[in-house]
Amino acid sequence: MLSIDRSIVEAIVAHARRDHPDEACGVVAGPAGSDTPARHIPMDNAARSMTFYEFDSMEQLRVWREMDDRDEEPVVIYHSHTATEAYPSRTDISFAGEPGAHYLLVSTRDPDSEEIRSFRIVDGVVTEEPVRIVEAGVDPHAVQSYMFGQSPATVDYECSGR
Amino acid sequence: MAVEVCIPTVFRNYTSGSKYVTADGSTVAEVLADLEARHPGLGSRVMGADGQLRRFVNLYVNDVDVRTSGMLDSRLRDGDSLTILPAVAGG
Repeated sequence: MLSIDRSIVEAIVAHARRDHPDEACGVVAGPAGSDTPARHIPMDNAARSMTFYEFDSMEQLRVWREMDDRDEEPVVIYHSHTATEAYPSRTDISFAGEPGAHYLLVSTRDPDSEEIRSFRIVDGVVTEEPVRIVEAGVDPHAVQSYMFGQSPATVDYECSGR
Repeated sequence: MAVEVCIPTVFRNYTSGSKYVTADGSTVAEVLADLEARHPGLGSRVMGADGQLRRFVNLYVNDVDVRTSGMLDSRLRDGDSLTILPAVAGG
C-alpha cells in the first residue's frame, strides 16, 4: 500500500500534464525507513521522449546526494505514460533498480482524467498495490482509499473508509 | 591505490549491507575488476563481459559521469571516489 498526501499527487499530476505529450518523471523523497513520501522532486526527462524517460545522470547524482545528506530515500519514483495505461512497460521492469521504492505511474492519455497506479518492481516481478490518498491538514482519519484492479486492461475503483 | 566506492541499496547484498567499500586499482576498470574479486557478482553488475558499463547503471568518479566522459580507462588519482547508482529510466 502506498499512502501519499493529496497535494503531492496533485503536484505529480500537474507535472505530467505540463510535460505531456512527453513523459514526465521524478521522485518523492521521505525520511529513510519511514515509507512516507514527503518531498516532491520533479526531475528532467533527459530522453525528452513520448515513449521513454531517463533521469539526467548529473541531476540524479545531485538529488541522491542531497537525499543522503538529509537522511532520506526515494520513497516514490514516478513517471507518466502519455498514450498508454499506467502499467509498467517491459523497459520499466528491466530498468527498475530501487526495490524499496513505490513505482507510481500516471497516465495522461485521457485529457480529462488521470489514471494513477502504484507498483513494487523487484527482480523483474511487478506487484500492484493500492494507493491511499491522505488529506493533510484536515481530519487525519478522513482518508479515501482507492483499490486499483489488478487487470492491466481495466481500472477498477473501490472507495472505502469514507 | 585504494579507492572508496559508494554502493547503492540494490547492490548491497554483495557487500554484506555496507554502503561504502574500498577497492584497488589505478583505473576505473581495474577498480571494478577488484570489486568483482572482493565481492563476487558486484563488478559484473556494473560492467559487462564486453568491458562496457551496463546500460542501466550510472558510475561516477567524484562528480563526473564515467559514461559521458569516457573515463573507464583513465587514471584515478589519490583520494578519488567512485559512486554507483542504478539509472532511473523506463518507457
